[in-house]
Amino acid sequence: MAVEVRIPTILRTFTGGEKKVDGSGATLAQVIDDVDSRHPGLKARLVESDNLRRFVNVYVNDEDVRFSGGLEAPTADGDVVVVLPAVAGG
Amino acid sequence: MLSIARAHVDAMVAHARADHPDEACGVIVGPEGSDTPTRYVAMTNADRSPTFFRFDPAEQLKLYQAMDDQDEEIVVVYHSHTATEAYPSRTDISYAAEPQAHYVLVSTAESGAQEGPVSVRSYRIVDGAVTEEELRITE
Repeated sequence: MAVEVRIPTILRTFTGGEKKVDGSGATLAQVIDDVDSRHPGLKARLVESDNLRRFVNVYVNDEDVRFSGGLEAPTADGDVVVVLPAVAGG
Repeated sequence: MLSIARAHVDAMVAHARADHPDEACGVIVGPEGSDTPTRYVAMTNADRSPTFFRFDPAEQLKLYQAMDDQDEEIVVVYHSHTATEAYPSRTDISYAAEPQAHYVLVSTAESGAQEGPVSVRSYRIVDGAVTEEELRITE
């Protein structure tokens, strides 16, 4: 078992086109580090100065992690992490 | 070129008028790879601002799950400008993350929330480059 991480189209250049990759860790930060070790560059697109980038939405089991601890949100085997770039503009 | 049904254009314009002076936003999705907008979904502007928009993150997740289930993708991303012309702003360009999408801008600068002239224009935004394209309305 692992944590499944769903990758949005625009970041699939980092995963060789894969829509989902496996990761492991007890927090979202650990999962991102683990995935970045095999798909270098991904973390920099999600994290900036130890915080999630403002225009990236991350959900663990459908819950927006901004309301559940951000990078410290707990994760466990079988969880699903969804990454979506914010649709935004001015 | 974007081919789009009149009912979808009318829905975008009605949404833009209803939310004026705040920016309105949403999508029209369609079957993957079809480049045909078929399902209109108005989104909540989480920022409720006259100068900025951002899809409500919870609504956005639901939208993506529904698209996944139905093998759909975003064909049109629309939003309104309420004080400026229907042309992508620098902010629009910097956040454009859907290279397959047509970016539709609706300007209510002239009409406000009332009946009156509204401009609707379509663009591609890829790697920071904006290209206007023909918007053809189908009946």
